[in-house]
Amino acid sequence: MRLDIILRVIAKLLIPFALVFALYVQFHGDFGPGGGFQAGVIVAASVIFYALIYGLPAARRVVPDALVEILLAVGVLIYAGVGVIGLLLGGNYLDYFVLAGDPVHGQHRGILWVELGVLITVAAVMLKVFYVFAGRRRDAGEGGE
Amino acid sequence: MLTQHFPALLVVVPLIAAPLIVLVRRSLPSWIIALLATAATFGIALSLLDRTLAEGTLSYAMGSWAPPLGIEYRIDAAGAFVAVIVAAMGLIVMPYSRVGIAAEVRNEEHYLYYALMMLCLAGLLGILVTGDAFNVFVFLEVSSLATYVLIAMGRDRRALMAAYQYLLMGTIGATLYVVGVGLLYLETGTLNLADMATRLPMASDSRAVLAALAFITVGISLKIALFPLHLWLPNAYAYAPSPVSAFLAATATKVSIYVLMRYFFSIFGESAVFDARATGAILLGLSLAAMFIPAIVAIFQHDMKRLLAYSSVSQIGYITLGISMDSVDGLMASAMHLFNHALTKGGLFLVLGGVVLRCRGASFDRLAGLGQTMPVAAFAMVVGGLSLIGVPGTAGFISKWYLVSAAIHLGQWWLVGAVLASSLLAVIYVWRFVEVAYFRAPPADHPPPGEAPLSMFVPALLMIGGCVYFGLDATWSSEVATRVAEVLMNSRSGGQ
Repeated sequence: MRLDIILRVIAKLLIPFALVFALYVQFHGDFGPGGGFQAGVIVAASVIFYALIYGLPAARRVVPDALVEILLAVGVLIYAGVGVIGLLLGGNYLDYFVLAGDPVHGQHRGILWVELGVLITVAAVMLKVFYVFAGRRRDAGEGGE
Repeated sequence: MLTQHFPALLVVVPLIAAPLIVLVRRSLPSWIIALLATAATFGIALSLLDRTLAEGTLSYAMGSWAPPLGIEYRIDAAGAFVAVIVAAMGLIVMPYSRVGIAAEVRNEEHYLYYALMMLCLAGLLGILVTGDAFNVFVFLEVSSLATYVLIAMGRDRRALMAAYQYLLMGTIGATLYVVGVGLLYLETGTLNLADMATRLPMASDSRAVLAALAFITVGISLKIALFPLHLWLPNAYAYAPSPVSAFLAATATKVSIYVLMRYFFSIFGESAVFDARATGAILLGLSLAAMFIPAIVAIFQHDMKRLLAYSSVSQIGYITLGISMDSVDGLMASAMHLFNHALTKGGLFLVLGGVVLRCRGASFDRLAGLGQTMPVAAFAMVVGGLSLIGVPGTAGFISKWYLVSAAIHLGQWWLVGAVLASSLLAVIYVWRFVEVAYFRAPPADHPPPGEAPLSMFVPALLMIGGCVYFGLDATWSSEVATRVAEVLMNSRSGGQ
């Protein structure tokens, strides 16, 4: 425990930067490589990194299972919801042109929201998979749920 | 105004219902959301069928990007017909599920069951409505992934193994399909199915197109469970929770058959598939094998669910037999049997689900004396069985009649004998149930006489009643099936 102090300090140092980098990848997805999927993976990876260094229970306190499951659904809803909004504003499903007065702005706004949904769902699914695998023996040891 | 968005909403409604269900989590509200979503989906599917019959093909530009550059949703009478089958089955299974899964799925997993059913529905309908080759793959995976988990939810531990087996086979099938799509994209430079169909004739003799045809045919055949690629199906149907068995039996393989028809007739075109190669002969041989070998295997089963599953593989043979004839009559018989078999097998699995709930098992030991303990259910099973055989007055008879007359029309008299002989095999396996239910004493710990809960019983009887209704009055189903066959055939020569 005392020997991994370097790991703990470095992890604390790195995780905020990893999260900021995720946001960079997310928002730069408009102009270069990146986007919601990659950003979501980076977000999930930083939480998994935290779990590896500080232990699964600590990670589950930071990002509880219930929250992961809610986020998982919310991301999909944001994506599908943007489509429905386009439909309500008089366009076709997933029509971004109508999301703002100027069609180009509309495309920007639409892809921003959709990619946010992708980020949330991808991060949540990654974490869910990690929690299920990492907690397999542990949860069973507690005598099921 | 909203109706113009129906092609998209057909997929979007169940797709939005799924995350909503995950958010509410509790069993009852998730059931209500699922019920409302399936009802809305069914209404949309019906109206789409209505419109496609009247107006022809509907095209919908996803995100207002004009096809073929944007993703197009494209539905005609053939797709809408199968969509109505799928959505109707979803609507029938939902009320049934409330009680039906209580005994088979853990209480805290109910919301997952409903969410997965919604995803499965969205995936299956997406395959039918999309006009994009890669979209078909995505929706195929959406529905398949949901299906694997649904099967694994079965209480029997073997359900997990069955789901894993299906996962392996299904993934191989989907991979082969996507390899085929990749080759087509290489040759034509487009993923839009209609666009691909117009560009393919220019490249139809290249080896890549031939390879694509082979990859897609084998990949989709795996999903259809066309003999001898059916090995995943019996276990999957046998160990899945009862409502899932019923839903899958009536929809999943049917949608894949639709995809195969589309590729054969609308995209590659009949001349490339049937005239230039031996596809027809191969499909004919496999269909005949499917009609006989799994039917014989069904006779030797000791479990009603497995018996019905093998019977499904055998009945799929009739549908592909119609495709292999490469004529409007044959296709019409196929479409007819697609509908009638969905009705029959869905109904049988629903009745069996109620029986399993009370008898705690589907093995013949548990079902013995069913005629005394659950008289109405046993009788409903017999009626469904008669439809499997194709006795006059049931839906199964109508489709076999059209199949036989299509064979006669082509001058293939020996096929008539084959259909009859394979129906005799169905008589034997249905008789096995009759013998067990009526001529054997109930097991010592048999349940008290009585029927399944009403919410399971009514949907099941509706389906079995439908078997009889569409057996006596086939005007609606035969008219629509004729249109479906014409649409499929014409889209190849007309190249619309």
